[in-house]
Amino acid sequence: MTRISEEQVRHVAHLARLAVTDEEVHTFTEQLDAIITFAEQLNELDTSNVKPTSHVLNMKNVLRKDESAPGLDREDVLKNAPDQQDGQIRVPSIIE
Amino acid sequence: MLEKKEVSIPDLVDESFKRIAAVDGDVKAFITLDEENARKQAEEAQSAGKTGILSGIPIGVKDNIVTKGLRTTAASQILRNFDPIYDATVVNKLHEAGTITVGKLNMDEFAMGSSTENSSFQKTRNPWNLNHVPGGSSGGSAASVAAGEVPFSLGSDTGGSIRQPASFCGVVGMKPTYGRVSRFGLIAFASSLDQIGPITRNVEDNAHLLEAIVGIDPHDSTSANVPAEKFSANLTGDIKGLRIAVPKEYLGEGVSEEVRQSVLSALKVLEGLGATWEEVSLPHSKYGVATYYLLASSEASSNLARFDGIRYGYRAENADNLIDLYKKTRAEGFGDEVKRRIMLGTFALSSGYYDAYYKKAQQVRTLIKKDFEDVLESYDVIIGPTTPTPAFKIGEIIDDPLTMYANDILTIPVNLAGVPGISVPCGFAENGLPLGLQIIGHHFDEKTVYRVAHAYEQATDFHKQKPGL
Repeated sequence: MTRISEEQVRHVAHLARLAVTDEEVHTFTEQLDAIITFAEQLNELDTSNVKPTSHVLNMKNVLRKDESAPGLDREDVLKNAPDQQDGQIRVPSIIE
Repeated sequence: MLEKKEVSIPDLVDESFKRIAAVDGDVKAFITLDEENARKQAEEAQSAGKTGILSGIPIGVKDNIVTKGLRTTAASQILRNFDPIYDATVVNKLHEAGTITVGKLNMDEFAMGSSTENSSFQKTRNPWNLNHVPGGSSGGSAASVAAGEVPFSLGSDTGGSIRQPASFCGVVGMKPTYGRVSRFGLIAFASSLDQIGPITRNVEDNAHLLEAIVGIDPHDSTSANVPAEKFSANLTGDIKGLRIAVPKEYLGEGVSEEVRQSVLSALKVLEGLGATWEEVSLPHSKYGVATYYLLASSEASSNLARFDGIRYGYRAENADNLIDLYKKTRAEGFGDEVKRRIMLGTFALSSGYYDAYYKKAQQVRTLIKKDFEDVLESYDVIIGPTTPTPAFKIGEIIDDPLTMYANDILTIPVNLAGVPGISVPCGFAENGLPLGLQIIGHHFDEKTVYRVAHAYEQATDFHKQKPGL
């Protein structure tokens, strides 16, 4: 039984904002199917009463003082921007 | 040497660049060199007469640790021209300690891989045999130290990425306890697992370098508030009465006979020094790889969402609209392994699959963590091999993701549990490639891990052997 279809791979690629060719969809489907099938060995374990671990250290709610601090220089912020104009980062039109 | 003024800092840095010029054409450990700046810093440090133990030591930094004004790529095309505007906390700490950064080291793209073959720039080669991989993802960090290009380097370890290449290259690599070292400025792969750590030629150097980079950091809320310790002051050679646990899963199926024998020999050495060992079980070890790939990929799919071609990094041309721009930029900027993991993670987190994959893996992580807690209740350290085999050949398993993943079977559980682990040289395979011994300790007990590693190292001479480059 396959765990993931080509259609699902296309959907996941869309969610992940990755353009994929037909050939890539084919390859990724095979590879992801193998990896997911492998991962299903976890189902051998009964975890119904096991709490999930998201983080190994015993720390919660790490807070800092709410104090203002200088932000980044505009020049620094724009230094790595691939496209810019008038001190702003330029992007393609987002409103039709 | 420096303390005794046997060598000047500019000479030391010069030696490093000369060695890089001589061998890096073969080893290909460095992505970017910072020669002019490093030489300038060396002159300044010499005239300032700094005397700290790390003052003037040349160091290489893995290219996923940001360095202000020095290109940082994570070995990805999406960051091929990225010029960081700040230094990672560890880099600031290195400056304070006085080390001199000579350059940035190759790695698997975004630290995803076990061979450094996933770098989008170049394939680093194992200094012991150029046809073999150096391991990964910190392959450049381990190879540069093994090749004598730099005495020190920093790597990062999410599932074995410091220890496995250290093992493959015959050097010492430490993954500290999760939270011990600030991750601020480490380009995030899997935030609940990533740790920065030192790679060096011997244990004492390693302890000194870790001392320099530890500590709580207001910029990393997961850095732990534990006191800094002088790990190097505890290298007494005395391990009488030490209780060692040897998981049967670490010497069983899939572990090659020569690796098994090298670990058994190491245990004899440790016994000779007054330690005792017993076989134990980490029953959920075999589920580590599956758990890791689900969790690490899920976290990566979120962390790597920031690479969108807008604020920094590569941007694709000729996009019709914003979504199209994101998709083209990421398709052109990321390599296959990165895409594969982003997709696996996106799938594991997606509606309808979250409980079956992501949450399930988090629950199994709890069981794996408990395995370590149970064993460490009665023992001081856990010992086994670092990797099931010595370094494989370049190209040998690159097309088979699952076989590649299985390489990390002995290192991954350590990250899932968050405990510290070191790899030290423990012999050579028949083909001449190095083997590594993995020593795992209690949370925040790097002190004992270093003491054991040092006692073992001093009783053997594997760390003194050098590749014939």
